[in-house]
Amino acid sequence: MRVAVIGVGLTKFGEHWDKSFTDLFVEAGVRAIEDAGIDGKDIEAMFIGNMSGGRFIDQEHISCLIADRAGLSPIPSTRVEAACASGGLALRQGVMSILSGFHDVVVVGGVEKMTDIATERTTQILATASDQEWEAFLGVTFPSLYAMIARRHMHEFGTTREQLALVSVKNHRNAMKNPYAQFHREITVEDVLNSPLVADPLRLLDCSPISDGAACLILASEDKAKEFTDSPVWIIGSGQASSTIALHDRKNIVVQEATIHASREAYKRAKKEPKDIEVAEVHDAFTIGEILAIEALGFFKIGEGGRATEEGLTEIGGKVAVNPSGGLKAKGHPVGATGVAQAVEIVLQLRGEAHGRNTNADVGLTHNVGGSGGTSVVHIFEKG
Amino acid sequence: MIPRFWRNIRYRYNLIATKCETCGEIFFPPRKLCPNCRRRGKLVEKKLSGRGKIYTYTVVYNAPLGFEMQLPYIIAIVELEEGVRVTAQIVDCDPDDVHIGMEVEAVFRRISEDGEAGLIYYGYKFRPVKEGGDGHEV
Ligand SMILES: [Zn+2]
Repeated sequence: MRVAVIGVGLTKFGEHWDKSFTDLFVEAGVRAIEDAGIDGKDIEAMFIGNMSGGRFIDQEHISCLIADRAGLSPIPSTRVEAACASGGLALRQGVMSILSGFHDVVVVGGVEKMTDIATERTTQILATASDQEWEAFLGVTFPSLYAMIARRHMHEFGTTREQLALVSVKNHRNAMKNPYAQFHREITVEDVLNSPLVADPLRLLDCSPISDGAACLILASEDKAKEFTDSPVWIIGSGQASSTIALHDRKNIVVQEATIHASREAYKRAKKEPKDIEVAEVHDAFTIGEILAIEALGFFKIGEGGRATEEGLTEIGGKVAVNPSGGLKAKGHPVGATGVAQAVEIVLQLRGEAHGRNTNADVGLTHNVGGSGGTSVVHIFEKG
Repeated sequence: MIPRFWRNIRYRYNLIATKCETCGEIFFPPRKLCPNCRRRGKLVEKKLSGRGKIYTYTVVYNAPLGFEMQLPYIIAIVELEEGVRVTAQIVDCDPDDVHIGMEVEAVFRRISEDGEAGLIYYGYKFRPVKEGGDGHEV
């Protein structure tokens, strides 16, 4: 399979009190269209990742709203929701619409506006990604689910508190060179270990922040892409899988099974193996999330992700550069935008346009997770 | 959300699971469809003993609405004697004492308060099994 990415656009991630939900999307969308050098009338359809417009900004019918404000009516517009994996799933819908022959040029967007409401309310909304009746009802928060995974990972494999902290330290360091990142602040292991407890053993600096932001991609079919560019970045693999929504229903919580299934599909379609991946943007909503990802994606053996991180194998210049953008931890995590923003970073990396943090990679991967691991979506990219 | 709570009261108050008579697997929370056997599955209700061991846990310091008064509180996944796992709070236990493998038993307690609606929700929590005690007070 081959689908071209011919344009990318992002807003800065962070607290945008002066910008609305639609302002953010239009800003990213205009940048992507300009980057692609296309005209609005070339676009045939749009797919928008958004987790919870209804709860964050009291607005449903996001698909129509975005098409309207972006001046793209009457093209068909579809919202895609899978909690924090909404963006990655929107990308997959766009890819499938082109591979099916239905469309030749589509917009894939992701957007979330999370800072208009109180933090306690945001905590409650994010917990809706878990099982409302049998987890959230009992006082479970989203960080507490990842904390229970971290505790068990430490128990079974000897993963250390310091190894978890090193994920955050690396991602904050990478974000220093990303102008779109929410944080431009280097941190130390001690900073992480001295930050307030959120859900033991996870502390504040193990957790991705609450963010506003939008991201956008322009996809084109192989034939159509030639009209706009000689060297697109190609999406050569896509995979998606589900697991149980409740963490307690999984036989083994220290292995992200949905990611094993999703990546297996993506590697097969791309005719690649884990060792071929040079750069990856993975779902580090919590530091343990990056450890689970690099193990389930096959970069390292199950249980060895913590040690690999400690040995520097996931740094830029290491065996596989993981989260050169700063990841969800330091770039920010506007949930619906995240999966699309990961793809934007990989495209910039493969074009050699990730200034100051380039990895000179030819093959890259994105990994986007919904809930505590109930949905996983993986895409593989290759330089044109 | 009252109807959603009310529909599950029987299962919540009495720890009633469902068991698939075709493959033998027990499900709690109860399932109406066996994911192993699907249409060939035959599900019947089964009351759980309420005794088990902590599989993993955390201590929560940032609460969602309705739980602020309980901070800090312990959330755990408990593996019950019957082999199923359930998420619940651990009570009557100092956060410094909780550990993986700790033996616990179910108790019936207040879960949360919905201030706006003036409601109190009840359900299961777990507490450490006392050495030598009969441990079945609910
Ligand atoms: Zn069965």
